[in-house]
Amino acid sequence: MNFEYSDEQRMLADSANRLGADLWPSSDRLKLLEHFDTLTAHTSAQMAELGWLMLPIAEEDGGLGGSAVDVMAIMEGIGRHLIPTSYVANAVLVPALVSGDPAAADLLGAIGEGSAKAAAGLLEPDGGFDLGWVECAAAGSSGGNGTDWTLTGEKLHVEDGADADWFVVTARTDAGISLFLVRADAPGLAVSRFRAIDQHRHARLKLDGVTAVLMGEAGAALPTVELAVDKAICAHLAEAVGSMEAAHAATLEYLRTRKQFGVAIGSFQSLQHRAVDMAIALEEARSMAYRATLSLGLPAVERRRVVSAAKARVGQCGLYVGRQAVQLHGGVGFSDELIISHHLKRQMMLDCAYGSAEHHVAGFVALQGVAGA
Amino acid sequence: MDLDFTPAELAFRDEVRAFFAKTVPAEWLTRVRAGLRLEPAELIAYQKALAAKGWGAPTWPVEYGGPGWTPAQNYIFESESARAGAPIQFHQGLELIGPIIFTYGSQELKDRYLPGIINADDWWCQGYSEPGAGSDLASLRTTAVRDGDHYVLNGQKMWTSYAQVASHMFVLARTSQEPKRQQGISLMLVDMKTPGIAIRKIETMDEKYTTNEVFLDDVRVPAGNLVGAEGKGWEYGKVLLDRERMVCSATAIHLPQVLDGVRDAARARKVGGMPLIETPAFAAQLAQLEIEAMALETMVLRLLADLASGADSGPRGSMVKLRWSDLYQRATALWMDALGPEAAHFRALDGEGPADMPYGMQGALYSRVTSIYGGSSEIQHNIIARRALGL
Repeated sequence: MNFEYSDEQRMLADSANRLGADLWPSSDRLKLLEHFDTLTAHTSAQMAELGWLMLPIAEEDGGLGGSAVDVMAIMEGIGRHLIPTSYVANAVLVPALVSGDPAAADLLGAIGEGSAKAAAGLLEPDGGFDLGWVECAAAGSSGGNGTDWTLTGEKLHVEDGADADWFVVTARTDAGISLFLVRADAPGLAVSRFRAIDQHRHARLKLDGVTAVLMGEAGAALPTVELAVDKAICAHLAEAVGSMEAAHAATLEYLRTRKQFGVAIGSFQSLQHRAVDMAIALEEARSMAYRATLSLGLPAVERRRVVSAAKARVGQCGLYVGRQAVQLHGGVGFSDELIISHHLKRQMMLDCAYGSAEHHVAGFVALQGVAGA
Repeated sequence: MDLDFTPAELAFRDEVRAFFAKTVPAEWLTRVRAGLRLEPAELIAYQKALAAKGWGAPTWPVEYGGPGWTPAQNYIFESESARAGAPIQFHQGLELIGPIIFTYGSQELKDRYLPGIINADDWWCQGYSEPGAGSDLASLRTTAVRDGDHYVLNGQKMWTSYAQVASHMFVLARTSQEPKRQQGISLMLVDMKTPGIAIRKIETMDEKYTTNEVFLDDVRVPAGNLVGAEGKGWEYGKVLLDRERMVCSATAIHLPQVLDGVRDAARARKVGGMPLIETPAFAAQLAQLEIEAMALETMVLRLLADLASGADSGPRGSMVKLRWSDLYQRATALWMDALGPEAAHFRALDGEGPADMPYGMQGALYSRVTSIYGGSSEIQHNIIARRALGL
């Protein structure tokens, strides 16, 4: 039992903090967002140079085979500095979805060197956050190199998918839920793009006879999808913890320096106690982020149960810290100029991504029965 | 970073599991699950069984009779204890006065009192709080005046739990009047058979006899029963601040027992023909508590890992106490929800009451004091704000 980073992981964490402080200084947030495209491209290039994009890709897929804890070390810094990056979808989720398939080699090589981006379409209208709700249809016909596939259907939300060159999507074949690789510029694919309140950029896909390449075995994709999403969730948990920590630290600083009624507002007991409750929420969230990340290797049911528990609790704690950080800052907390409101907005979106707390509490209940606990 | 136990730790777990399997009688289960203390005779028997195995004082150093376990072993011991439906060991001797005696007491006091704590030959109660000194303990007024080779104690203690069964009491009393209220307070060990001690029961809302007022009227205590130096008693409490991480952790590790009680209560009852536990609204509430309990358990694991590596765990002991008392209260409240109309059947006047009564209800009532005793939740917030957040 050990909760310490290794030396290498500490170096990763330091380098993430440096990158964030250099490229995304919180005091210039609004100005930086005016140059969003340039700055995010620069950030991606730096990440590629540092080897981060290759880090989560398995060694057998040509990557560095970094662990989930390595990813966590990076993600805390990304959260602390609110770097609006598609890192999790692109470098954590997609490589886990297509790992082991030779047909994904080009894609993974491109992701690793930063020359292309990918995202995953796993959710559909009427399915909420249910990964097993797949109505998108895959039609196969015999071709020169085996089966040629075309996809028809809709993907409601593609996390960080607005700027993707490739999409990995779930679709249903006769054998069941399967994974396919689709080019963003493929004929028949309509991509609607959205900016979220936290500056992340997402997509919605409509597929009408889009040519696709099967990834892995037809009909056997759901366990792969669940594991890949659990890995993405764990990366997001670490990001949430980093953001909570930054929001809490900024709030403490404000309580110590802001004066009203002639004294520092941090001398008021009701505000002190609120700051303590935020600290406890942060401690809970950190504990659950560690717990889930260290449980990724457990058998599927137990793993999903722990990850759902962590996703739910970190979401609740993150929203609590974000909202209270705004509250304790008073009027300036509501302003867009101060970084505090940006932390709350990111916490809201992190809770939403890959299933809200409510969704995961329900998932925890369902898995409880399966586990016989 | 990993959550794994070593092969040696796994072997230890098996040994502990086997011990509890043959030591814990089934009739303790409902009370333990409700978070209630067993009867003193039962706790004494349990403590004696642990002592016979050499496990009487799990957190004490080897030289004073402890097993010399690592924090991981302490975690395994407590979690297996919880799993088996064993109670938490009675803590007033083991955790509140024992460590002060072995840290600050004379050799004579160590020899005389430490074995009695481990073997449950003595039962200790705590004479700290007074009518005017609760959260503000430093305002205590009980006096101890030196008279030859004795101190003479006069005053009134309040909330003295188990004074009615205790053989000994550790008392904070004022030996001199100093400008700073924390000074001039001394810690002494008092035999409850000493003339001049009167005990009056305090009726509490859980209808369980736990606590008392204790009146001290010219109680003569041998001067050798002073712990450490005269006037320094306040400082000795500091050793407990370090150790309370372990006490809070042990308590928190037992929280799943309460959730087991809630789950059983909800399994046993149907609403509209459906087991209550399967109704989405109830299941979600129980899951929420289980998820928060998992977070608390992980906080405890982190705290123990810090202890093992000698790292400062900051305010996490206080955080664990806050989170545990909140969850215990919410869990027993949910237990009451699970009882439905039967929550009103506390005592059967004829025949039999519900199987988990009165304990479920007493747990729900008793739980209210857990955010008051041992430093109320508000005091814990003050401590964390000052020590950890620098506010």
